[in-house]
Amino acid sequence: MSLKEKILSSYLAFEDYLEDDSPIHDLRNKAIKTFESHGFPSKKEEAWKYTSLNALLKEDYSIFPKKETTIEFKEVRKYFLHEIDTFKIVFVDGVYSSFLSSTTHDGMDICLLSAALSKDKYKPVIETYFNKVAKEDSLTSLNTAFAKEGAYIYIPKHKEVQKPVEIINFYTGSETALMLQPRNLIIVGENAHIQIIERHQSLSENAVLTNSVTEIFTEKRAFVDYYKIQNDLPSASLIDNTYIKQERDSVCSVHTFSFGGKLIRNNLNFYQYGEHCNSILKGVTILEQKQHVDHNTLVHHIAPNCESHQDYKGIFDDNSTGVFNGKILVEKDAQKLDAFQQNNNILISDKATINSKPQLEIFADDVRCSHGCTIGQLDDEAMFYLRSRGIGEKEARALLMYAFANNVLESVKIPELKKRINKLIANKIGVNLGFNL
Amino acid sequence: MLKIKNLHASVEDKDILKGINLTVNPGEVHAIMGPNGSGKSTLASVIAGKDEFEVTKGGIELEGEDIKELDPEERAHKGVFLSFQYPVEIPGVSVTNFIKTAINETRKAKGQEDMPAAEMLKKIKEKADLLEIDRKFLSRSLNEGFSGGEKKRNEIFQLAMMEPKLAILDETDSGLDIDALKIVANGVNKLRNADNAVIVITHYQRLLDYIVPDYVHVLMDGKIVKSGSKELAYQLEEKGYDWIKEEVKA
Ligand SMILES: Nc1ncnc2c1ncn2[C@@H]1O[C@H](COP(=O)(O)OP(=O)(O)O)[C@@H](O)[C@H]1O
Ligand SMILES: [Mg+2]
Repeated sequence: MSLKEKILSSYLAFEDYLEDDSPIHDLRNKAIKTFESHGFPSKKEEAWKYTSLNALLKEDYSIFPKKETTIEFKEVRKYFLHEIDTFKIVFVDGVYSSFLSSTTHDGMDICLLSAALSKDKYKPVIETYFNKVAKEDSLTSLNTAFAKEGAYIYIPKHKEVQKPVEIINFYTGSETALMLQPRNLIIVGENAHIQIIERHQSLSENAVLTNSVTEIFTEKRAFVDYYKIQNDLPSASLIDNTYIKQERDSVCSVHTFSFGGKLIRNNLNFYQYGEHCNSILKGVTILEQKQHVDHNTLVHHIAPNCESHQDYKGIFDDNSTGVFNGKILVEKDAQKLDAFQQNNNILISDKATINSKPQLEIFADDVRCSHGCTIGQLDDEAMFYLRSRGIGEKEARALLMYAFANNVLESVKIPELKKRINKLIANKIGVNLGFNL
Repeated sequence: MLKIKNLHASVEDKDILKGINLTVNPGEVHAIMGPNGSGKSTLASVIAGKDEFEVTKGGIELEGEDIKELDPEERAHKGVFLSFQYPVEIPGVSVTNFIKTAINETRKAKGQEDMPAAEMLKKIKEKADLLEIDRKFLSRSLNEGFSGGEKKRNEIFQLAMMEPKLAILDETDSGLDIDALKIVANGVNKLRNADNAVIVITHYQRLLDYIVPDYVHVLMDGKIVKSGSKELAYQLEEKGYDWIKEEVKA
């Protein structure tokens, strides 16, 4: 039985087990049909030209974990931003862990999608927002069909959330291979502020494939800073589908730090519906061995007087491969736009590859759009300069890599997170320079 | 201190240094002058260990030890410092973080602990004052957008921080106005003592009024063709290099 067939038959069982009156019942049925007709994307599709899921799809994934596993906080403490107080929404093998979590309903909802789907009082919100910005492509539809659990965040207007929210998905390896479909719904009200950190972390050598969907709605003048930490084990793969709908004067930034994992595909989509929106997309990717990371971004400019800034840096060693496919789509009415896209790459090994492709589709005439892409090596002159000052080869290399990634790191607004990422980078390149840039 | 014997070096099969002999004793200042393209920067880079150049013959000894095969950082740990003719811009690394890293990596290589933060700060302040460097300058990205003069002053700031045994200044005077030149020369002179030595590479006699050489060497086409006292620098300033070419031919 192929994975697709297995998924389709599991869906029937899943439907039986769910209660019928779920507000998204019809959506699910529609979504599974979409998945059934399209199947998994293949390299024949332009958007998947450089990323093949074939090897991943050969695994015999369980669609639902059979048993619940508990983990001790001390085993996983290091994956949290434990130096500061945070809200935590934690899932273990796709199941909510109240024990590891720390949530609130105190004037705002930082809780669970399953609760939002099952309680009447959330019904209007679900009807207004759920699946309203997500694309109906096959992977998103697959997630919609099985959507059951994830983070549900609703911040009412004028609320400034004082602590960052951590959304962490652990995978224990309780099954030999598991496929997960986390679904997050985040609504940030008018003039509200929030910082969110999302992480997927496997604790085992067993294979895991996560196909996650996150919908974010930023209302008028809302501020959202979203950080994705992708530093998983070589047995873990992630397809991240994130959709952001922005209303006027809102600012939303997404930083993606991709350091570990077998295959990562980031489908990051911004839709600017109101005037004076600002969308910020930044990424640092540092890969080695046979890792593969594909950043597929879309910024859809619909309203006038908006901005977008994309800045992705990649460092590729060994046989690793990277893809950057950045699309800027400018509608006729999106005049006076300022859109910027930059993708810079360093290839450390001559076996590493990067495919970088900007895609600009512009239907407005009064816009400023700039894009640039570089692919290079570490500069020999710079290496000699640093080494002649007593800095060893490895450290000099590391310093140049830090420097290369620095302007992305600089814009991380949570100091403890910035330190943590600095440390991850230091570990990744195997040095400790004893300071943070 | 430094003993260079019959040094030949090439890049991509092109011979650039063609038999250099040079001995520098502790406490001495040597000036190396010569027309553009004669190999001055190459000599400096070869002493500092740039592996782009292949040493095909001869040797380089530092305090009696052959350093020809050492990596650039190992030479730096032993006290070699090169002030670059063209310092490299490194966006994203501040002047302060760079110098801290350089000092602590050098200490680590010698088996010493990191320099305590307070001591480091004090030293940075002291040396920045010596070279009349603004505090704001220290938090800027290394050499990025620096003027020619700022780059050179920053090189000498690093020199002052590292306190090397052998300092090689490659055209440190170019890009400096007369006031900056005096400050920089004063900075270098303050660091001089009986145990260290300086090699000054320059086109102009001007700098040598302030950093007074014990010997002046003329480098032409990869060879030292004439050596003399500081008077030689005045002669070169006045008459150019042609008369030396004639002398060499004769
Ligand atoms: N990396 C290199 N590749 C090829 N030729 C070089 C390289 N570096 C220097 N040269 C050549 O070596 C000669 C000496 O250069 P250099 O040492 O920079 O001279 P100077 O500093 O005396 O002006 C010049 O002819 C220059 O073109
Ligand atoms: Mg030169």
